[in-house]
Amino acid sequence: MQVTLKVLRFDPSKDGKPEWRTYQVEAEPWDRVLDLLHKVQWYQDGTLAFRRSCGHGICGSDAMLINGRNRLACKTLVKDVGSVITVEPIRGLPVEKDLIVDMEPFFAAYRAVKPYLINDEPPPQRERLQSPEERERFDTGTKCILCAACTTSCPVFWTNGTYIGPAAIVQAHRFLFDSRDRGKRERFQALGSGSGVWRCRTAYNCTEACPREISVTQLIEEVKRAILFDRF
Amino acid sequence: MAHRHEVIVVGGGGAGLAAALYAAREGADVAVVSKLYPTRSHTGAAQGGIGAALGNVEEDHWEWHMFDTIKGGDYLTDQDAAEVFAKEVIEAVIELEHMGLPFDRLPNGKIAQRRFGGHTKDWGKAPVHRAAHAADRTGHMILQTLYQQCVKAGITFYNEFHVTDVIVEDGAAKGLVAYELASGELHLFQAKALIIASGGFGRIYKVTSNAYTLTGDLQAILYRRGLPLEDMEFYQFHPTGLYPLGILLTEGARGEGGILRNALGERFMERYAPTIKDLAPRDLVSRAMYLEVREGRGVGPKKDHVLLDLTHLPPEVIEKKLPDITEFSRIYLGVDPLKEPVPVMPTAHYAMGGIPTNLWGQVIRDERNTVVPGLYAAGEAACVSLHGANRLGTNSLGDLVVFGRRAGIHAARFAKDADYQELSREHLGPSRERIERIKSSAGKERVAALRAELQQSMMDHASVFRTGELLKKQVEILKELMDRYKGIAIQDKGEVYNTELVEALELGYLLEVSEALVHSALNRTETRGAHAREDYPERDDENWLKHTLAYKVGDGKVCFRYKPVVLGRFEPKARTY
Repeated sequence: MQVTLKVLRFDPSKDGKPEWRTYQVEAEPWDRVLDLLHKVQWYQDGTLAFRRSCGHGICGSDAMLINGRNRLACKTLVKDVGSVITVEPIRGLPVEKDLIVDMEPFFAAYRAVKPYLINDEPPPQRERLQSPEERERFDTGTKCILCAACTTSCPVFWTNGTYIGPAAIVQAHRFLFDSRDRGKRERFQALGSGSGVWRCRTAYNCTEACPREISVTQLIEEVKRAILFDRF
Repeated sequence: MAHRHEVIVVGGGGAGLAAALYAAREGADVAVVSKLYPTRSHTGAAQGGIGAALGNVEEDHWEWHMFDTIKGGDYLTDQDAAEVFAKEVIEAVIELEHMGLPFDRLPNGKIAQRRFGGHTKDWGKAPVHRAAHAADRTGHMILQTLYQQCVKAGITFYNEFHVTDVIVEDGAAKGLVAYELASGELHLFQAKALIIASGGFGRIYKVTSNAYTLTGDLQAILYRRGLPLEDMEFYQFHPTGLYPLGILLTEGARGEGGILRNALGERFMERYAPTIKDLAPRDLVSRAMYLEVREGRGVGPKKDHVLLDLTHLPPEVIEKKLPDITEFSRIYLGVDPLKEPVPVMPTAHYAMGGIPTNLWGQVIRDERNTVVPGLYAAGEAACVSLHGANRLGTNSLGDLVVFGRRAGIHAARFAKDADYQELSREHLGPSRERIERIKSSAGKERVAALRAELQQSMMDHASVFRTGELLKKQVEILKELMDRYKGIAIQDKGEVYNTELVEALELGYLLEVSEALVHSALNRTETRGAHAREDYPERDDENWLKHTLAYKVGDGKVCFRYKPVVLGRFEPKARTY
């Protein structure tokens, strides 16, 4: 089948503003949108720039806006999005070229929640024990691939650049609810501050955007509650 | 721009991050240079587990793990490496747990373990529960956990910097050159010690589980600089790549009880490995699948693949322990593994060969194990040689933490007593010329077209089964492709995120590592592990119980030296399962 691929192109070093460019690509229904981008870049227009690595939804490189929704290009099939496909960079991060955005603000928010196990107690000789139920408690957050689809779908993040955003909160949740972690107070400093969880307006965009089917909004609510109950 | 760090690691995957972390713990000033963001490295795609004789589910011993690794490697494994590995991987798994890695748990709170191909108890009697796992995203968890610890340790990261040159002068490593994708600028990095942990090169083949970015960059750069590549002929095909894309479906699926079936519905592995059947090592299973297809028992309109049957497993096992591969199969094929078997075929997966090192990750330059001072390698880019002629499932994750850690520790200690070597802007010259030549080329050759020819021809002539005739043909094809590569041209002349330029550079590396692989394979006239020569179907210990060191001579020529295999505890025996 013939697919019309419309890509929002922008090279800040040359162009004043982003412009749509349209490509005709021969595709199979089971092709990934990533395959179409490759066909354009490899055989039609070598100047098109985008990120990708694994090609099957676990490295998080190719999050982009496909037909107006945040998705991974390698996990989105032509049969599911139709024969006219629009592709834009994820929103709220500065565009560096075409579909490539500056990820540094995103990773700065990640670092702010101290995304690592905090536990100064001397570890035992063998593993720290953890029951399957305790392990299950934070399982969903461990699926996060840091693709930024959630954070860049959030209207609060678009309008308030200092909001740490859903992905960082998911990372915090993953440790707050890990029975081995002792870093609750340290993380609450970032999470409870003006740029922390209270900015969340429960729009559910993040949950809809997550390509790993993490119930992001619910995790954010659980973090809010943890901070509240900690106060009283 | 110039940068200076005591230890510089190339590659932000599991081996690189482990090396960086342990070097930092030794007190070194450490930086990681990666062409990706570290969390996007391919370690994250590893699914099934990390093998260690924890003995949490049933009796197990590091000696059994050592034996399985050596036998799995068809006795080309260096036994001192296997011993260090089987002992230290236990400690490494415990350390990962202490770092916060969320392993699945047993009811008693210990780390859960499952079965995996080639891992046995009692010296091969039956499969053993050895693979510690976190659902089917164990690699993702290892990558995330190591990155988290590197963030905690304040390690410097140069993300999206594409290394174009390693400076080795007067026999010692001095630094490297890297191309910054965001700006198009070349950077000079000065280091006392360099650790190469840049991963594999599965993209030489058409069907592969490997990321688009796995193009053997640093192997090729060192090879061009006159250093050898070891045992390149041993390239592993993973039996269960999702047909026809090649996306990996973990061996853990068979560890949980999955069964391979041919078009007649037969469990064909019973014929090839009567003792451990579907949990035989990957080289045996991949060959068995090809033979089934060749004998007309393949599935589908082209009869060119087989089936992985999980339908008899309890649905909760599939949903809980294999969620990702279930999703891959649903998304990419529209097949629900709960209800119907999944089409699979071997997929290019892992390079057993690479940059030769000793047990501390120090790169060696010849068969006498002469060290290149200040240069280290670990992970899939390296060859210690732990995996010999065929790697057992889960041993890649173990390898990268055990030998990444060793390289990091040794490099940091080396750096303490070493001085920085002089570097000048002139070191940027060769990289700048290479880039300018590609950008200003008026040639007619397109990167994608040439790469597709390479990948198809490597598939046809140098994959699971090889013959002298096919390999000779591929030698000629590679010569021609390398010649045409000189006429490569790109459209993008810009500075900012010139990904077309990067792919052109990567194609050069793919050609180079293919050359080392094909020549090494043509040269080795025996069948051992993943190197199956149909014209030499027997293993030949008398002549070939030795490691290949391939050196680039130039003009499509390669020369060889040989290194003895380190034996010791286990005498080479016939390999049956």
